[in-house]
Amino acid sequence: MYGNDVIDPNEPLNAAETAAYDAAAEHDDQRDGRDAVGDDFDALLAADQRIEPRDAMPDEYRETLIRQIAQHAHSEIIGMQPEGNWITRAPSLRRKAILIAKVQDEAGHGLYLYSAAETLGIDRQELLDRLHNGKQKYSSIFNYPTLTWADCGAIGWLVDGAAIMNQVPLCRCSYGPYARAMIRVCKEESFHQRQGFEILWNLMRGTESQQAMAQDAADRWWWPALAMFGPPDTGEAAKGGHTEQSMAWGIKRFSNDDLRQKFVDMTVPQAQKLGLTLPDPDLRWNEERGHWDFGEIDWDEFWQVLRGDGPCNAERIEHRRRAHDEGAWVREAANAYAAKQASREQQQKESAA
Amino acid sequence: MSTPASPSSTDTGTEPVTEPVTGAAASASESAQRESLPGAAENTGADPGAKPYAAYLLGLADDAMVYAQRLGEWMTNAPQIEEDMALGNVALDLLGQARGLYPYIGSIDGTGRGEDDYAMQRDEREWHNVHLVEQERGDFADEMARLLWFSAYQVELHSALTGSGDDVVAGVAGKALKEVRYHLDHASLWVVRLGDGTEESHRRMQAALERVLPHLAELFDDDEASVLAADLDVGVLPSTLHDAVVARVARVVEQGTLTLPDGSRWRSRGGRAGIHSRPMGSLLAEMQHIARSHPGATW
Repeated sequence: MYGNDVIDPNEPLNAAETAAYDAAAEHDDQRDGRDAVGDDFDALLAADQRIEPRDAMPDEYRETLIRQIAQHAHSEIIGMQPEGNWITRAPSLRRKAILIAKVQDEAGHGLYLYSAAETLGIDRQELLDRLHNGKQKYSSIFNYPTLTWADCGAIGWLVDGAAIMNQVPLCRCSYGPYARAMIRVCKEESFHQRQGFEILWNLMRGTESQQAMAQDAADRWWWPALAMFGPPDTGEAAKGGHTEQSMAWGIKRFSNDDLRQKFVDMTVPQAQKLGLTLPDPDLRWNEERGHWDFGEIDWDEFWQVLRGDGPCNAERIEHRRRAHDEGAWVREAANAYAAKQASREQQQKESAA
Repeated sequence: MSTPASPSSTDTGTEPVTEPVTGAAASASESAQRESLPGAAENTGADPGAKPYAAYLLGLADDAMVYAQRLGEWMTNAPQIEEDMALGNVALDLLGQARGLYPYIGSIDGTGRGEDDYAMQRDEREWHNVHLVEQERGDFADEMARLLWFSAYQVELHSALTGSGDDVVAGVAGKALKEVRYHLDHASLWVVRLGDGTEESHRRMQAALERVLPHLAELFDDDEASVLAADLDVGVLPSTLHDAVVARVARVVEQGTLTLPDGSRWRSRGGRAGIHSRPMGSLLAEMQHIARSHPGATW
């Protein structure tokens, strides 16, 4: 392997490589006090126990989780496209193999999350329909285009890095199947983030045009990555969104702003190691706060893309719908064959009896 | 690594070929068209490490590489998400087979080239894959027809190559055999499901079996490189794989209530000699353009 000689494998590059992840995974293992608590939803929450599929739960809790897990699953599926766009063009065979495996992992995460959502009493087909007809969303980050090979690096480093920062606290989520899915997903995302960093590392130690490619990608992905944590939800802004209720239900454990700050604090030193300049003139270390200060996110752009007017919104959904529609006859054939097989087996049983 | 026999017998005649249902027999006029093979002709004698069967292995590696490239196009385009993953798996396996062979070929053809030199820096006329794998992506039935034939061929090929006199080749084949058996299972399941599914899927699967037909004979042509490799006890004569491959495919086709089509009016030829069909140029342009836009760069 090349390029890894200066990247310390023991130094955490993302939140899944920190003690926070280990603690979350361990915490999940230790949630074994249900017997003492009983089955009451509020009592389980108060005792920091997991809610499991068969437990009674408020409709709003169920609906919130279905929406959130589905949006997460959709993000994995739509998220296959920006990088899938580079499978045929990856500049080396090693990179091609890593990229195929990564896109496969995303498909796997999507399926795993759809299964978690199905434990709440909805089926995958219904969720896919809601994605295809625009009733459910996916992460807005995937509405940005992947223009150069360096974008595969920037997505891994920044987008996966931000996603992991969001997801590590979800490993302690009150809903058991979602928490368990997150523990597994974070582990794999962590590899992806490291691979993205390594892509950029190599580009920054390459030719001038490779370095320019990496810098351009960082310029374009930095702000959208920060926006992934969602709009401000502390102080005055806390009154507006779902944050308060989600925290009470143990679905959310940190505010958007806290997670964003953690991400900036972890990522700025990595940019320095890479030799990349982050596109924010207000970025500076604040000794007093012990955090990096950063500039104002363009929330107008955020809302614009969220409403559907981003560079790739139409393309992503169109691609997804087309693949689904083109495959309809295949899925119908598989169902028809399965039905024929079942009826043949039934006939065999009857004739044997 | 074992030492192959002396590479003096390059001009041996082809073994008698049984007439295959796919019309695969290599004709005399094709033999006359054969070009000189870089691995065989240029590197005998001068380089003590050079072995004369590099061109044969290059054909096998290029088949795997080009098909991996085509299968990669399915990701995000498959009929269901599970299939995105499955076809990605097959692509990864084939890519791995090519990556297992290229550096070894570089070590025996006297050039010392690495995997990316082969994949990214060769022009169309220097590629030795058959036309089957370079054809553009069709519908899902087309892909399952191609995968059924190619994986059945690879199962027989790698079974034979596990006994290769070259330990590296035998090793690559041993690993590949486990993979391609899975590919064959996967394609077989789908061909049966589609054949015995709905009216539409049956019609599409039957049409796909007919469309793939002209590109099959080439798999079983005994070109100069494979004759040489077989003489040296390193490779296997493609024509000897034919009957077993057809038998494997015929079983699946029958189970899927489909019909194995009769011979085609025309057949592809020339891939092993670097004569390719129209889609090959675009495939290479797409695959190579980033690497070639940055000469000398590492990634």
